[in-house]
This record gives sequence, C-alpha cells and structure tokens, in this order.
Amino acid sequence: MLLIPCPWCGPRNQIEFTCGGDATVQRPANDAPIAAWFAYVYLRDNPNGPHDELWLHSGGCRSWFKLRRDTRTHDILASARIDDDLATIAGARK
Amino acid sequence: MRYSIFSLARNALRHHENWPLAWRSPAPKKCYDAVIIGGGGHGLATAYYLARDHAMTNIAVLEKGWLGGGNTGRNTTIVRSNYHLDPNAHFYEFSLKLWEGLSQDLNFNVMYSARGVLNLVHSPADMDAAMRRGNAMRLNGIDAEFLSRDEIARRIPNLECSADARFPILGGMLQPRGGTVRHDAVAWGYARAADALGVDIIQQCEVTGIRIERGAVAGVDTPLGFIGTPKIGIAVAGHSGHVAAMAGLELPIESHVLQAMVSEAVRPVLDTVVTSGAVHFYISQSDKGELVMGGDLDFYNSYAQRGNLPIVEHVAAACLALFPSFGRLRLMRTWGGTVDMTMDGSPIIAKLPVPGLYMTGGWCYGGFKATPASGWLHAHTIAHDEPHSLNAAFTLERFEQGAMIDEKGAGPYAWAH
Repeated sequence: MLLIPCPWCGPRNQIEFTCGGDATVQRPANDAPIAAWFAYVYLRDNPNGPHDELWLHSGGCRSWFKLRRDTRTHDILASARIDDDLATIAGARK
Repeated sequence: MRYSIFSLARNALRHHENWPLAWRSPAPKKCYDAVIIGGGGHGLATAYYLARDHAMTNIAVLEKGWLGGGNTGRNTTIVRSNYHLDPNAHFYEFSLKLWEGLSQDLNFNVMYSARGVLNLVHSPADMDAAMRRGNAMRLNGIDAEFLSRDEIARRIPNLECSADARFPILGGMLQPRGGTVRHDAVAWGYARAADALGVDIIQQCEVTGIRIERGAVAGVDTPLGFIGTPKIGIAVAGHSGHVAAMAGLELPIESHVLQAMVSEAVRPVLDTVVTSGAVHFYISQSDKGELVMGGDLDFYNSYAQRGNLPIVEHVAAACLALFPSFGRLRLMRTWGGTVDMTMDGSPIIAKLPVPGLYMTGGWCYGGFKATPASGWLHAHTIAHDEPHSLNAAFTLERFEQGAMIDEKGAGPYAWAH
C-alpha cells in the first residue's frame, strides 16, 4: 500500500487518492505551433525512476497536489502544494 | 527434432534422458541482417516469421532476462477478437486465426482452447453497447452470439444470475472462438521454431544503446559488445519508451502495472472465460485448476512489476459478486506486469522516424492475444520497409494526425484505456 502525504491532510491511505498523471507537462501558449500542442497532449517522458505527478485527494480534502514517486520501487520521495515547486522541495530531478 | 507421438514413445523408452535442447544459446555474431530487441512472445514471433516468410535467417533476438519472463509469462492467457473498430477487429481476428493453427505451425502444443469468451451485460446501456459491438463484429466476419440470462445460467451454473444480484446479469455477448492459450508455451514454441530456422536467440544480453550513423540504424550496444545491423525491431512492451529513447524518440506511451492473480487449484468449475466490463473483471480456469483473474491497472505509472492491495481487493470483490461460491477459495499468488499504455488504447506496429528502426508495442491490456499477428506484421514491416494493410493504421504518426484508434473513446489519458 502507498502511504501518500497530502500537503494539507498529512499521510493517508492510497485508496483516498486519484492519480492525475505527469505533472511536468506544460500547457503551451494558445498560438504555439501544432508540434508543441502534440507534445503537450500526447508525449510523455515516462521515466524509469523518480516521476513528478499530480494527485487528487478525492476521498479527503479534494485538493490537487504534486507528488514525486519512484516508478521502480513505488517509494514516495516528496509532496508539494499545487503551486509550490517540487524541485526546490526535493532537490533537482535531473 | 520433430515432436510427434513417435518421438514421445522413443524418448519414453529411453526414460526421457535424450531429449535435445529446444534451442541453442549461441554467442552473438559481429553483425546480423536484423536484430530484434526483446525475447518475449512478440520478439520471438517476429524472428520466426522473418525467417519463415521473408527468408531473413541471419537475425538475432536479444533478451535482457530470460525468454518469456516479462509480460508473456504474466498475463491471464485470454485470446479473443471481440473489437468494435475496424483496424482492431481486423487485426485481432487475424491474430485469432493464427492462434487456431499455431500448434501445427510451430510443431509445439500451445494448448489453444476455444472455450469461448463471454462479456456479461448488466444494464440497458451495457446491452446497447454489446449489441453494437456484436453487430460490428459480425459485419467484420467475426463470430459473436448473444446469450440470454437463462442461457448463461444454464451454461455457467455457479455464476450469480439471480435478479437480486449485486450486479444483475441481463445477458451476455459470447465469442465462441475466443479462449485461452498456454502462455509459456507460446514463448517456447516460437523460440524453438525460430531457432530451427537459424535465428540466434541470445538471453541475458540487454541492449544498452542504439547506434545511429548517417541518420540510419547501425547497430546496438550490449554487455557482449557492439552488434552491427541495418534493421532493428523493438518488441519490449512495458519498456518501449525507454528503448525508443535510445534512438532519441519520445513516445505517446506511459508504463503502468497490470496485476493478475490465481486461486488455489480446484477441480473443473468454470469451462469458459467470463468477463464483466461493469466491474472490469475477467476470470478463467487454467488446466492446472487455478482460477486466473485480473482487473484494472493500478492507475499510476510503474515499472515495478508488482502492484498494490487495493486492486487485489477490487478483483476479489468483483469475483465474489459474480461467483459467490468462490468465496471459500484462497488466493494463492498475485503478480504484476509492466504494460505500455498508449494515448488511444491501441498498439503501435510501425516504421519509426529513424530509418531501419521498427517497433511493435503499446499493447495496453491486450498484448498476449496479439502475439502471433504482432510478430507476423512486425516481420512484414521490417522485411518490406513498409506496413501491411493490417497494421497500416497502427502508426506512431496517427496521434499527431488526429487519426486515433480509441476503442473506448476515453481520450488522451494513458491509464483510461
């Protein structure tokens, strides 16, 4: 089981949460070229190791937040509020 | 040696001490006409069809672990072709036809069992979807039959068919030719048949880099040294993104964990495959007697080849809702496989943008049943440097072109398919 640290509620059982996928993709500007939109919608880094993700505390405070989790081991490395920078909290990722 | 009743009898008289090895384990040559990365069912099938149908016998299959140790050995062994969209229907039907003759083709018993795959219908909306899909299948020449609740109750006596069931059963769509196949035998059968045609199968040889010279594929780096080749086929589903990245490509794929589990072995209690979309659950009984079950992804990216308990509980709960009598059984083992989840739920069997580079991957939940057709079409694409009409739609470029093959209409969320 994953014990997920919600930045608002503290550590809770994974069944209270919904994963929302890769937190590193950035929405391009409205007039960005089609390739940038393609990359935003479809392409994913899919790292084998630390992965920055969006999670929703759907069975709790219903807030979205960021979580850094290792995809090889499922170890949870850090969490941050949605507008905080996970990188400054957990150290540079790459 | 050809396996037959005579070879069995001959070896029985010699106490089974003289069976030859089913395949060689040669040292890699300096170069090959093609290198297939991945020694699971898809990679071995690719090599077999390249050698058998395209006269390419100077080829190697490189496997980082052991044959069939990835998803080929981790699935629920179900084969079917009950798809709605034309590209998927034609592709999986081609695969099912190859399954039907595979034991004879390979001279290896893969234990294809056409025990039927039944999709349960639990609601009026389910009924509409099942009728639409069943009719689409029949228009594509695929077998589909609607069974009433009474007919299902007669055929599967331990299924909970009463009106006050937690998930009432209104009927079901049956594909009679669907069923199960012995998964390990698929890897072994393809490996033996490919080896007999001269293919070098090299285990414990992980590809660590793909070399590109003058814009085209030149070979692969491995712990056993550089291996030169003008054509590379990637068949590593679960790790497609990681291997494609060695050639500088980013894919519309996420890696997720899909769990499966078996009960303790019991006498025959279930002679068909039962699935339910409403609870997302599928179950069959293996020849050993275990009930083999599976359900959803864990819904977060993972390469760990193991999942977590909430999905095990979900699968067990779904099982008991449909088969209350199985509540006395103990769960014996659970495991997980790393699957490529694409952004539209359909595979990629295609030429990649680097000349000489090809892939079959992005299998989502459906890789095992695709094995023969995936290998056949991957081999065709490699040999002709262009896709066959059956895999022409499964390109990498379809995402950028808006030509998705989204069976569920779930949108660009890899885990939603």
